Amino acid sequence: MNAKSLRPFLRPMATLFQAATAFSASNKFHFPSLSACNGQMCVLRSDARINQFLNMGPHKSLTQRLLTNAVATKEDTSASSKTGHELLLFEALREGLEEEMERDPRVCVIGEDVGHYGGSYKVTKGLAPKFGDLRVLDTPIAENAFTGMGIGAAMTGLRPIVEGMNMGFLLLAFNQISNNCGMLHYTSGGQFKIPIVVRGPGGVGRQLGAEHSQRLESYFQSIPGIQMVACSTPYNAKGLMKAAIRSENPVILFEHVLLYNLKEKIPDEEYVLSLEEAEMVRPGEHVTILTYSRMRYHVMQAAKTLVNKGYDPEVIDIRSLKPFDLYTIGNSVKKTHRVLIVEECMRTGGIGASLTAAITENFNDYLDAPIMCLSSQDVPTPYAGTLEEWTVVQPAQIVTAVEKLCQ
Amino acid sequence: MMSLSAAKFVEPLSLHHRSNGSPMSFNAFTPFLGSTRKLRLIAPIKLNPRSSSTVVSVSDLVKDQKRKSTTNLLITKEEGLVLYEDMVLGRSFEDMCAQMYYRGKMFGFVHLYNGQEAVSTGFIKLLKKEDSVVSTYRDHVHALSKGVPARAVMSELFGKATGCSRGQGGSMHMFSKEHNVIGGFAFIAEGIPVATGAAFSSKYRREVLKEADCDHVTLAFFGDGTCNNGQFYECLNMAALWKLPIVFVVENNLWAIGMSHLRSTSDPQIWKKGPAFGMPGIHVDGMDVLKVRQVAKEAVDRARRGEGPTLVECETYRFRGHSLADPDELRDPAEKAHYAGRDPISALKKYMIENKLASEQELKTIEKKIEEVVEEAVEFADASPYPPRSQLLENVFADPKGFGIGPDGKYRCEDPKFTEGTAHV
Repeated sequence: MNAKSLRPFLRPMATLFQAATAFSASNKFHFPSLSACNGQMCVLRSDARINQFLNMGPHKSLTQRLLTNAVATKEDTSASSKTGHELLLFEALREGLEEEMERDPRVCVIGEDVGHYGGSYKVTKGLAPKFGDLRVLDTPIAENAFTGMGIGAAMTGLRPIVEGMNMGFLLLAFNQISNNCGMLHYTSGGQFKIPIVVRGPGGVGRQLGAEHSQRLESYFQSIPGIQMVACSTPYNAKGLMKAAIRSENPVILFEHVLLYNLKEKIPDEEYVLSLEEAEMVRPGEHVTILTYSRMRYHVMQAAKTLVNKGYDPEVIDIRSLKPFDLYTIGNSVKKTHRVLIVEECMRTGGIGASLTAAITENFNDYLDAPIMCLSSQDVPTPYAGTLEEWTVVQPAQIVTAVEKLCQ
Repeated sequence: MMSLSAAKFVEPLSLHHRSNGSPMSFNAFTPFLGSTRKLRLIAPIKLNPRSSSTVVSVSDLVKDQKRKSTTNLLITKEEGLVLYEDMVLGRSFEDMCAQMYYRGKMFGFVHLYNGQEAVSTGFIKLLKKEDSVVSTYRDHVHALSKGVPARAVMSELFGKATGCSRGQGGSMHMFSKEHNVIGGFAFIAEGIPVATGAAFSSKYRREVLKEADCDHVTLAFFGDGTCNNGQFYECLNMAALWKLPIVFVVENNLWAIGMSHLRSTSDPQIWKKGPAFGMPGIHVDGMDVLKVRQVAKEAVDRARRGEGPTLVECETYRFRGHSLADPDELRDPAEKAHYAGRDPISALKKYMIENKLASEQELKTIEKKIEEVVEEAVEFADASPYPPRSQLLENVFADPKGFGIGPDGKYRCEDPKFTEGTAHV
C-alpha cells in the first residue's frame, strides 16, 4: 500500500463508504477480524490483507467506519490481465467513452456542462478539447428538449449519449424517454432505431437532499422498449458503457454518486460486457443475495459479518435492471433456495418488487422461504445525516435479514 | 353536452390584408379571458439593433408581386399542376378518411387536415427526398406530400400490416424511413425536439463527419396550441444557438380543440417569438399556397445555406373539427364560412385558370386521377391482411436481445414463442 491509493480518500469529493468487496475464485473466503483496527483507518485488500494507517487526520464519522480500498479483482483468466492499469470508476467510464468515440465518429455526447467544464463528475473531462464542441455538446438547461434532440439525432444516424447531470433531472425528460425513446421503434414499425445511451449519476449520496437523491430506475422500469443497466465497479462501468454505446437499443445506464471514486485495476485490452447478464460477486451455498449499484458494497460488508457467523451467502450483482438475467438468478435460487434482495430503490414499485415477482413466477418451486426484499424507506431522502442513514439499507439490517431467512 | 350561454366567443384575427381587401367584422365582441388586443399586423418592424433579424409581413409583399404583372407569375405550369395535384390528394384523402371512419374501418383518434393543405403543399413540395419532415397527430397529409404512397397511409389507418408503420402506429404515427418522415407524434410539442435532433444530425454530418454535400433541412410542423409549450421555446433557443438547419412551421388554425388561440396566449402573434430567440419570424397567409411557397423557399434556402432556423407562422384554418370525435360546435359559423371562402384549392384553381396556366379540363383530369388513387388506396387497404400474432413482439427492440436471458440460459428472443408472439414478456 502506498500513498497513491490514499488519494481518493483525501479528495474533497472523496466518498466514504462502508464496504468491502471480495472476489475470489475460491468458495470460502475468510475475512480477518477488523477489531484490530481500533478506530483507525484500515484498508481491507481483496486478498484479505489489512493495512493500517496511522494519522489519517481529523476524520470523524458517525459510526465506526472502515475506509477501504475497494479493489475488485476479477478472476484472472488471461495472463496479460496481470498488467492492467488502475483507475477510478469515473475514469473507467471516461475511458470507455473515449474509446467508443475514437472507434465510431458518430458517437457524440450531449448534456449540461459536459464540454468545457468536463462534466460535473469529470466523466467527460478532456473530451471536448479532443473531439470538438459539436461532438461533446454543452447544452442549455433544457432536459426535455435536449433528450428529445438526442433521440432525433439517433433516429437520423448518430449515436448520442445524453448525460443527465443528476439522474433526477431526467424526470424533466420523462416525456421524451417514455414516449419517444421507448416507443418510436415500435410505432414506426421498426423503421427507425434509437441507439441512444442515457446516463448519469443517481442514488442516495451524502446529504444531497431529497431531490438529488432519487432512484429513477423504479420510474423507468415499466417503459417498454428500453434497457436499463447499473454499474458498480470500474470494471463493469467501462464494459457496460461500451456495451451500451454499441447497442442498437436505447439503454439507460445508472451510475451512483458515491461510487465514482472506487479504484480498481482493469485490463489493458479492450473488453465489452453483456448488457443482459448479471455478475456473480461471491459464490455461496446458503442464501442468494441479489443487489445492484451501491448496495453491492453494503452487502459485501454484511457478507463479511455473515461469514464470520458461519453463513455462506451467494452475492449476485444483477447489473441488468431491465431485463433481469433470469438464468444466473435462477441457477442461484435453485442452489440456495433462499432469496434476499437488497436495493436502494423505494419499497413501492421498485426494482426489488419486480424482481420478487419475476422470481416467484419462474422459480416458486425452488424456494424454501418467501423472498425477502430490503429496500429504502418510502420517504423523500432527508437531509439530516442520521435520518438519511436510516432511509437506506445498512449492513446490519442485511445481516439480520439473512439470519431470519436462514432459520 | 354543455350548453354555451355566452353565445359568441372571440372575434378572430382582424387583419389588414385580406385577399378581398376589406377587413372582416363578426358578431359583437364579447369580453373573455385572455388577450383583448385586436391583432394588427404591421409591415416591416425594426427590431432592437442587437437582434439580427427583421420581421416582415410577407403577405403584403407577395400580394403586390402578384398584382404587378401577369407575365411574372409565381409558378410555372408544371409546378402549378404539381401543387394542385398534391392539395387535391390531401383533400380527397382526408374526405375518404372521414367516410371510412364512419363506416367503421378505422378507429381511435383521427385528425383531419381539410383546409390546411396549402401549408403542407407549399412547404413540402420544395424539399428533396433526403430532407426530413416532423409533424404532429395531424400528419396524414404531411406524409402524402412528402411522397409516402396513399395506399401505405390508408393501410396504416386501417391497421393493416402493409401500413407505413406496419399497422403499429396508427393515425398519429406516420413514419417513413424512405421518405424521411420522422413522425407522427401524439403529444403536442414532443416532436419538436426530435426535429431539432434531425437538424443537429445534418449539421453534425456536415461539420464532423465531413460529408460536404450534406445540407439536409428539417421541417417541424405544429400548431398554435403547441406554441405555449416549453419544448417549443427550448428548441427555438437551441436551434438558433447552434444555427441548426430547421424551419419551424406553425400551422395557426386558431383553435386547439376547443381552446381559442386568443384565449390561451398572452401574445397571440407567434411570429414575434422568433426574433426573441434571434431568428426571423414570419407571418404568412396559410390559405394561399403561392404565398406559403414563397416564404418556404426563403426559409428552406436559408437553412440549407447554414444560416440557421426560421419561425414561420401560417394563418390557416381547419374546416373540420379537431378530430372526427369533435362535434365542432364551439366555432362561429361565420368564421368557418369566411375561411371556407378562402379555400386554398379553389384559390389555386382560380389563379391557374385566370393566368392561363391550365384549363378547367386539365384540372378536372387531375381530380379524377386523384379520385382513382384514393379509391385504389382504400381497396388496397381493405384487401391487406391484419398484422399476425407474430408481429406483436417484433419491433419492441431494434436488437431483440433486449428482452433478456431466460431461465434456460438462452436469450428469450430465441424462444419460438417470441416469434409466434405468444410469449409473455
